Amino acid sequence: MLELESVRRSFSGREILGPVRLRIEEGDFVSMVGPSGCGKSTLLRILAGLDESDVGGRLTSSFLPRSTGFVFQESHLMPWRTVEENVRLPLELLGRKADPGRVRELLELLGLKGFERHRPRQLSGGMKMRVSLARALMGEPRLLLLDEPFAALDEPVREALDDELLRLKREMNLTVVFVTHSVAEAVYLGSRVLVFSARPGRIIMERSPNFPSERTALLRETPEFHRETRLLSRALRAGYEEAL
Amino acid sequence: MREGRTTIVHTLALMVPFLVGTGFLELASRAGWVESYLLPAPSAVVGTLWTDRVEFLAAFQDTGYSALLGLGVAVAIGTLLALVFSLSEWLERALYPYALFFQTVPVVAVAPLLVIWFGFGRPTVVASSAIVAFFPVLAGGLAGLRSAEPSLMDLFRLYGASRGRVLVGLRIPSAVPQYLTGLRIAAGLAIVGALVGEFVGGGGLGSVVDVAKTQQRVDKVFGAVLLATLLGFLATLVMGRVETWARRRLS
Repeated sequence: MLELESVRRSFSGREILGPVRLRIEEGDFVSMVGPSGCGKSTLLRILAGLDESDVGGRLTSSFLPRSTGFVFQESHLMPWRTVEENVRLPLELLGRKADPGRVRELLELLGLKGFERHRPRQLSGGMKMRVSLARALMGEPRLLLLDEPFAALDEPVREALDDELLRLKREMNLTVVFVTHSVAEAVYLGSRVLVFSARPGRIIMERSPNFPSERTALLRETPEFHRETRLLSRALRAGYEEAL
Repeated sequence: MREGRTTIVHTLALMVPFLVGTGFLELASRAGWVESYLLPAPSAVVGTLWTDRVEFLAAFQDTGYSALLGLGVAVAIGTLLALVFSLSEWLERALYPYALFFQTVPVVAVAPLLVIWFGFGRPTVVASSAIVAFFPVLAGGLAGLRSAEPSLMDLFRLYGASRGRVLVGLRIPSAVPQYLTGLRIAAGLAIVGALVGEFVGGGGLGSVVDVAKTQQRVDKVFGAVLLATLLGFLATLVMGRVETWARRRLS
């Protein structure tokens, strides 16, 4: 469980985020959409403990420290390490022993088998993102935070990775917070979808679409899916106009 | 096939200005357009290089050795300071402006001072070389250590990595390309510094130039200049190779 109470953040006098009040339950898949610059990334960093709320904000977490995985907008791999060495990084930093079986299993799970000795520059954008995901999962996180992870990828690649993420979430029983600028992606993935206003970002809408938990590409073509995206897009636009 | 031909064409293109230039100098000297005590014929320079080859070779080695030592000192101090500065912003603020002094100080002006401190001979030459070579090492190292990707810094923090861990695991590997660029520049400068040191402290190609100058032996001065240039070229070539190799391996 994660609970935020009047969390806000300003940089050199300029308010970026908040106040935000939010409770995330274990097992939730929370998607966040909002205009760029609305502080979504900052909120994610606060959830990860990489940044702090301004005075007065409170964050309560039931997740153990070091049990958080983070995936950035770009894959950000270390170019001097092979795929396998990149994936093993969290274990090294946490001082845990690398179980070769588990490393292999994770690489296989993400379709990276046969690429263990490749260098990042030999991989496509989608493959690099898979490595980045594998790295985030190597530390056996309970909470996985993703900051527009697939934004730079082609649509078919993105959709494939979306499905993969849903599968991993189920199999590893993760709690996920996913920031995106695509409403459709947010609706497809999230058990809860939050819409943020323009800067300073506040939550202006929350939806928990009643879709089956096993989601497939067919879902994207149902009227319910379209109704949901339309509704959220409208709220998102209203958030923009308010700022203009 | 095509590639091989391109290489040949490029080499030929490079040779043309060289042949035209030396040919013209030779002609100008033989025809008496310029006095040979001002500008010697290329053939005369080559002749002198051959006749005095023992002296030239010893001087070449001497200067090369001094520059290598100077570069070594510069690398040791520059690298150490770059590491210290990258770990402590406070120390960097306190000391970096003074380190900048080494970039701006004209080594020619300080060289006589070095003779007073270190006497005639190698120590003065090495010190002079180290002074000019020091700054690019520090600047390249520091810029490199700071170039680590911020997201990766976050990742290390997320897993509770210590400062030392971040340094060894992330900052140092990220620093290598820029550090080696600094080293390549420093290698060229170390030779310049060594020559300046030799003008005042004696020894090596610097001394050859100094003595030949007083004897009005322009051909010998040119010979020494040619060898000093060759030394700089070799140093830059070697360092450039190392740099390309490391870049290919690390990024």
